[in-house]
Amino acid sequence: MNIHEYQAKTILREFGAPVSRGAPVLTPGEAEAAARALPGPVYVVKAQIHAGGRGKGHFIEPEAGEKGGVRIARSFQEVVEAAQAMFEHTLVTAQTGPHGRKVRRLYIEDGCDIAKEFYLSLLVDRSTSRIAFVVSTEGGMDIEEVAQHTPDKIVTFSIDPATGIEPFHGRTAAVALGLEGDQAKQMHQLVTSLYNAFVAKDMAMLEVNPLVLTRDGRLLCLDAKVSFDPNALFKHPDVVALRDENEEDPKEIEASKYDLAYIALDGEIGCMVNGAGLAMATMDIIKLYGGSPANFLDVGGGASKEKVTHAFKIITADPQVKGILVNIFGGIMKCDVIAEGIIAAVKEVGLEVPLVVRLEGTNVEIGKKILSTSGLDLIPADDLDDAAQKIVAAVAKRTAALAQGKGAV
Amino acid sequence: MAILIDKSTRVICQGFTGRNGTFHSEQALAFGTRLVGGVAPGKGGRTHLDLPVYETVAEAKAATGCEASVIYVPPPGAADAICEAIDAEIPLIVCITEGIPVLDMVKVKRALSGSKSRLIGPNCPGVVTSGACKIGIMPAPIFSQGSVGVVSRSGTLTYEAVFQTTREGLGQTTAVGIGGDPVKGSDFIDILELFLADETTHSIVMIGEIGGSGEEDAAQFLIDEARRGRKKPMVGFIAGRTAPPGRRMGHAGAIISGGKGDAEHKVAAMEAAGIKVSPSPARIGHTLAELLRA
Repeated sequence: MNIHEYQAKTILREFGAPVSRGAPVLTPGEAEAAARALPGPVYVVKAQIHAGGRGKGHFIEPEAGEKGGVRIARSFQEVVEAAQAMFEHTLVTAQTGPHGRKVRRLYIEDGCDIAKEFYLSLLVDRSTSRIAFVVSTEGGMDIEEVAQHTPDKIVTFSIDPATGIEPFHGRTAAVALGLEGDQAKQMHQLVTSLYNAFVAKDMAMLEVNPLVLTRDGRLLCLDAKVSFDPNALFKHPDVVALRDENEEDPKEIEASKYDLAYIALDGEIGCMVNGAGLAMATMDIIKLYGGSPANFLDVGGGASKEKVTHAFKIITADPQVKGILVNIFGGIMKCDVIAEGIIAAVKEVGLEVPLVVRLEGTNVEIGKKILSTSGLDLIPADDLDDAAQKIVAAVAKRTAALAQGKGAV
Repeated sequence: MAILIDKSTRVICQGFTGRNGTFHSEQALAFGTRLVGGVAPGKGGRTHLDLPVYETVAEAKAATGCEASVIYVPPPGAADAICEAIDAEIPLIVCITEGIPVLDMVKVKRALSGSKSRLIGPNCPGVVTSGACKIGIMPAPIFSQGSVGVVSRSGTLTYEAVFQTTREGLGQTTAVGIGGDPVKGSDFIDILELFLADETTHSIVMIGEIGGSGEEDAAQFLIDEARRGRKKPMVGFIAGRTAPPGRRMGHAGAIISGGKGDAEHKVAAMEAAGIKVSPSPARIGHTLAELLRA
């Protein structure tokens, strides 16, 4: 789960990490009051969306002006102008895709004089099974590019969970960034507070890019990007409360209500599968036979009839879907439950596109019989290969027929 | 022979009296697993499925001499359950539970180092030795005794591999689901080492997916072992060739991040190690049968 920059900074401040003063605003009218509460004389107006690269992004609407999603203002008037230009307009960055994201929240922050910019992040390193720090002198850059072109400028170190942060971790980070004396001490305090925040809130990633050194010698987290481990949200109702559903795909929100793992994609064949690996493999095999998957959907191990029905409804509600492939290898999941769920869903929402069903595993014979005697117009498949070929062919045939029909009119 | 478990392995179940623990214990008993009891805090001293229930893992181990424990405890208590089994020095711990917080697993992983336990999972379907012992949630009817070792990060793709090798008449020695989490007890290398050393395992199926570098590490391990003269025919599959970067594909560990963990890279590494990688998940068994005929 992701949160906005201003929410991330609130958490960092709680744990004693140095961040600038600032306030979120939800309407342009609040922008001036937010700026007046800051020392000034320079303010930064920052678009709050769940995507990076905001400063280098651009707005789709011409009235938003040519500048990106992070704007410097030198007066209250300029703060208000920047806020009005950005609000309710669509910001496109390298991470949003071409459609961009609508800006619904801004963060007004105190400006600072930057002497140097660094990169710092924490994540769970799979190779060491520990929390790791990544630091680099190349602040404000895309770290993946730094890693590719100048890997020697990146220093990583991991923390033994049995000891936690030790002073030498602070020294390691300070040396990596060329900091000495008081600034090295600040670095030790910074890595300690960030590590504590990461552990206490079950974060999955914490990225400070850039971490800056101000002209008066202070380390400051100028940006902050935080995501949380979805498996640990049950421990943190305060984190769950920070969720902004405007930043998520509505179909994915709907799916999450029924505990379905669903990810919307760009293709035209909707998939309903049990198991994450098989769901990915089903997408892959559709592509292998020339089709394109409209979604990833794992109904999980022990899904009920209701869950299957909801899954089916989410797939059919997607206007891009031109055909559906159901692929179930029942272990705990019983094939008859799947069959009944499909029938219930079709009764409720109808079926206007071809449907191919492949069932295997527990209670497969009962499941197949339920489907074949249901009167539903579906295409049964013998195995995964057969199923993928049948759905790709059925969608191609239907698309051709529709095109021909239009031509005749 | 086979690996990890056989007919004589004495197994206990943590989370024994819960819905999942009960259902899958019944299935395991029907398969012939030597299930000797279970653990359920607050219910020690009772019997469940005609087997004794213990208050703690240490108590269960002292009473039964178990060599393995399977864990169905829900996510909030699962890491604690694993740590208890490590503390009781259970040689093989299999954790089925999906949804354990990753930082809980970071602690578990630390507790495992230097311990007397091997952990399989979490978020895995378990381990089955055909015709001998079933630990976990895999469907029994798809197994047949044979010579293929199966190791996989995905549950249902393990079923595909088992089903397909059964259909090809090859059968399995042991199938191991190592699980879909980013921090887990055993990785491909740990299981491949056992399969290479096992005389009854003549060929291996390895099923990976996007995220992490377990497949690449395994490929390097196989190259090194081949140089030492240890090599078996292998077929592989990688799920997630069409997965978009930066999205978690169901499994917590199935994510392409920072330009790392994509399918093409894994396929290339596996092919370089001499593994025949099937482009289709439906042809894993067929590809292996052809390879063995050639």
